[in-house]
Amino acid sequence: MKKILFSALLLVVMLASQVVVAAADLEVNTPAISAIKGSMQARHAQLASHYASGAIGLTKDGLVAVRDANAVPLKERAGLNGVVAAENADRAKLYQEIATANGHPEWQAEIQNTFASRWIDKAQGGWWVQGAGGWTKK
Amino acid sequence: MKNWSIALVLACVLPACVTINIYFPAAAAEKAADKIIDDVWQLKNGAEKPNTNTVEPK
Repeated sequence: MKKILFSALLLVVMLASQVVVAAADLEVNTPAISAIKGSMQARHAQLASHYASGAIGLTKDGLVAVRDANAVPLKERAGLNGVVAAENADRAKLYQEIATANGHPEWQAEIQNTFASRWIDKAQGGWWVQGAGGWTKK
Repeated sequence: MKNWSIALVLACVLPACVTINIYFPAAAAEKAADKIIDDVWQLKNGAEKPNTNTVEPK
């Protein structure tokens, strides 16, 4: 009887420890991730005005996209495409780095989805975000 | 009897190890995403926190 109780207790402890492990933080403090973050942070100054003008928006897959190129003067459009491409390259790298830093490259898509909803949630009012039904202004 | 206990313990532990590694830690990912976004967008003055579904008392 005691043995069974002991076993049951062990089981509870194990389940509890499993919960603790599951709730542990993801590793996001690697040099690679910090470098990408730094690059994105520097680029944000350029992107912020484009978010505000509606030229670009946050997509539902965790990237940015040109939404209304007309919001940008003609001669700046090439530059706009350039920063958007650079931002998306960094974002893709970021999601991949987080997945590999945590030993699960296969988590990349889920990490990307998680970021997609968090970017949109944290977007400022007036920015354009992409939902299931298309672009909407926050 | 002791062997049975050990077997039971193993039966519990081994699947648990697998479980931990297979399932995507959604809450942890959300937390990590928030941290990174706050850094990139420099939102971390704590003043404004627009519509967070995950309420985190600090």
